[in-house]
Amino acid sequence: MMIYPAPHYSMGGLWVDYELQSTIPGLFAIGEANFSDHGANRLGASAMMQCLADGYFIAPHTVTNFVSGVSEHVAADHPAFEAAENEVRGRISALLGVQGKTPPTLFHRELGEVMLDNCGITREADGLRQAMGRVQELREAFWSDVRIEPGDAGINQTLEYAGRIADFLELAELMCRDALVREESCGCHLREEHQTDEGEAMRDDDRHANVQVWEWKGEGEEPEMQIEKLEFESIEPVTRSYK
Amino acid sequence: MKITLNIWRQPEAEAEGAFERYEDVEIDEDASFLEMLDVLNDRLLTNGERPVAFDHDCREGICGSCSLLIDDMPHGPRQVTSCQIYMRDFSDGQEITVEPFRATAFPVLRDLMVDRSPLDRIVESGGYVSVNAGPKPEPNSIPVHPEIQEAAMDAAICIGCGACVAACPNGSGMLFTGAKVTHLNILPQGEPERFHRVRSMVRQHDEEGFGGCTNTGECQQVCPQNISIKVIGELNREYRGAMIHKLRGRSGPIEAQ
Repeated sequence: MMIYPAPHYSMGGLWVDYELQSTIPGLFAIGEANFSDHGANRLGASAMMQCLADGYFIAPHTVTNFVSGVSEHVAADHPAFEAAENEVRGRISALLGVQGKTPPTLFHRELGEVMLDNCGITREADGLRQAMGRVQELREAFWSDVRIEPGDAGINQTLEYAGRIADFLELAELMCRDALVREESCGCHLREEHQTDEGEAMRDDDRHANVQVWEWKGEGEEPEMQIEKLEFESIEPVTRSYK
Repeated sequence: MKITLNIWRQPEAEAEGAFERYEDVEIDEDASFLEMLDVLNDRLLTNGERPVAFDHDCREGICGSCSLLIDDMPHGPRQVTSCQIYMRDFSDGQEITVEPFRATAFPVLRDLMVDRSPLDRIVESGGYVSVNAGPKPEPNSIPVHPEIQEAAMDAAICIGCGACVAACPNGSGMLFTGAKVTHLNILPQGEPERFHRVRSMVRQHDEEGFGGCTNTGECQQVCPQNISIKVIGELNREYRGAMIHKLRGRSGPIEAQ
């Protein structure tokens, strides 16, 4: 049996404030969907810890606090509902409209290989740049050649699956972009250019003791990076050593 | 290896279903059963046919989503979840029949997918303890005997896949309900709602159209988590106790918040 670390942890998620509220007022993100309590590291059971901590101790207080301040009750005939529904319908009909030849599974597998080879536990700048190009090509191929079972009423598992792949294709590129900017070896990830002679990870706290947050700028636009500095008051970060 | 499949096809809940035969399905013997269905679905999709709908999620035997009746056995030839069945469990050239879980309370939604939300509603009716989220209690403030912990854990391990229902000639959900009731009722944290819980969950179980237990024991033979039929004995005992308690007028209802 071959065991290897999969590239499916992005070491982060939606940006949230201290109340775990996202940039959309009233939309809370808890558990692994948000910024990640575990930072750049991710050990077994991190997901469970965050899911329990957020769900048990934080959300019951912050969500109720938010709801208690809401005076306007919004009904389903609000224009925002219609706009959101139209957007989703547009997306679904775009997917169904492609009518290509390749099943979504093949795109998924190929994307997995690109990420495993170039944006996995070890990565380097050239590989990341190539991977970004490869993901962009894949995304174009997906939107011109994916084959989905027709039908938007009732259960359609290939449609659901293809929707996820479309998201993965965007997230994968963002993960490569984010990894490329981070010119150090931090947490779980080893940038091959940044290691000691003995192969130990080298952090660069002067330049990268921060959280990189990417702001969505719209369809087809490059996301914009926002930096949030990490400030340590009582404990100084040191080199992790298993020696 | 090459196999032939007879798969239950039903476009939607209201439609009539029938078996469809798929010959010459080429598959690696180390592929999982669900991967085999993925390969079949790619073939169907490429040929312009409708892929087979089936429930799946974690594919590592812990989520309880997969629910195939393989050659008349819930989850197939071994006592594991459907996703943990491999093609090497079958022989080359074998003909395999795949159906959805069959039970009155589990209507077919499409092909191999069934609606198991009745199990969720049983849990909603009492499978919880009402505690206020707040400061973490001191861990040793409620001592629990290790044997009780073990017994509760043996029941809590239920993943709610519904194989017990599919295996039962009465379509009973009592192994599931028994596991949930045992898990909470034997722990001190579950004590305050003990009688209300069991009455409410049994009422919901019956309303959903599940049958009663007649001790055939098929459920424990197919349970991927190896839950013992003992939990049904526990369920019956708790239920009797709760009814007597009610008759004596000792328990007011505790309403869910």
